[in-house]
Amino acid sequence: MKVGVLAVQGAFAEMEAYWRAQGADVFEIRQRADLERGMDLLALPGGESTVQGKLLNDLGLFAPIKERIVGGLQVFATCAGLILLAEKIDDPGARGGTRPERWFGVLPVAVRRNAYGRQLGSFHTVGVFDGRPDVPMTFIRAPAIAEVLSPEVKALSTFNGRPTSVRWRNITAFTWHPELG
Amino acid sequence: MSNRQELNRNLAQMLKGGVIMDVTTPEQAKIAEAAGACAVMALERIPADIRAAGGVSRMSDPAMIKGIQNAVSIPVMAKCRIGHIAEARILEAIEIDYIDESEVLSPADDTRHIDKTKFDVPFVCGARDLGEALRRIGEGATMIRTKGEPGTGDVVQAVRHMRKMQSEIRRVVSLREDELYEAAKELAAPLDLVKYVHANGKLPVVNFAAGGVATPADAALMMELGAEGVFVGSGIFKSGDPAKRAAAIVQAVTNWQDSKLLAKLSENLGPAMVGINADEIETIMEERGK
Repeated sequence: MKVGVLAVQGAFAEMEAYWRAQGADVFEIRQRADLERGMDLLALPGGESTVQGKLLNDLGLFAPIKERIVGGLQVFATCAGLILLAEKIDDPGARGGTRPERWFGVLPVAVRRNAYGRQLGSFHTVGVFDGRPDVPMTFIRAPAIAEVLSPEVKALSTFNGRPTSVRWRNITAFTWHPELG
Repeated sequence: MSNRQELNRNLAQMLKGGVIMDVTTPEQAKIAEAAGACAVMALERIPADIRAAGGVSRMSDPAMIKGIQNAVSIPVMAKCRIGHIAEARILEAIEIDYIDESEVLSPADDTRHIDKTKFDVPFVCGARDLGEALRRIGEGATMIRTKGEPGTGDVVQAVRHMRKMQSEIRRVVSLREDELYEAAKELAAPLDLVKYVHANGKLPVVNFAAGGVATPADAALMMELGAEGVFVGSGIFKSGDPAKRAAAIVQAVTNWQDSKLLAKLSENLGPAMVGINADEIETIMEERGK
């Protein structure tokens, strides 16, 4: 399987290692020309969503990637990646600064950024993911899925009754970091 | 290693490939965030002004730091003096995302650094070589940066430190296992961390470049030499067009291998900070804290 990892900012090296460990053929997406290599799956890593969102625009990656996602390309997204995909960014208590309404806006969920607070609110837990028990889950300044906007969205894991990872059509997205194990 | 230490190393991993910018006001913080900073360093005076002002330089006013925390959604860092446990506790109390135990401020302790394993909040520390980096990590630092010579706009020390660290890492990798004990002694570093470097060919934490980065080309140079991201201090808000320069440096860090793009990014940025030749200064900050 050929996996393209968005490598504009963040923990893309960890995402690449995660997919290599599963036997995938991995390449990095840093600019438009990289997309021409073709892929079976697009991986959107953790990092800062404001930075990744801006770089996607500055580097001319935004439209061609969105077109591929809407066209059915398999997507695997963690943390910042989930924020980039969400249909709605809903952080009423959020501080000022960059407050986009959405980036790709394709996944029918509303996310709340930094939902567990600052770094002191980051935590590690173990839970059930997609029926598998004892899966390590690391939340780093993590977002939360505040609302699911379509009955087609399936929760794969939950924390305190709220979904922490979801699957919808061609997209699997996490508020935590499976690539950090 | 404790759970907190692991989580704190993880946050640094999320900052990789990014640019951390010094800011002194909420307005500057917003400009930095909009330009693509992955975090900001809140401080009352940027290093160039600290150097110009002289005197004792201390932790910033918590009210000023909070103003910046309220202005942006990205992580906010702040500096405490080397060895100043109480300043670090204060920064932890206001829930700072990362503390920089920094040689840019006047050291509070001329021999010891803070025992950072006693804190929940993460620390980044400066290092000029591998031994210094591993000593800081042994004390609980979860991110390392080169020391450079802050406030000069001269990248020469950052280059020296990064090259030295990378070549010492390559040397440790090349050793036989039974030579690591002697290497740990020479480096004055914890043996378990020397063993980690031998096995993995890198530091156990994220390693950024800092000090004197003023242009997209400087940032690309530091990435070429093995930095995983860059801190830009005085280089942005001491320049002619901070927003444009900041955005250009952010793109340069992502695409440091693309010379054509770097050429484009370097065009029409206005005047860079004037800078001071690092050989012509009297206060050598990098010597603080070994």
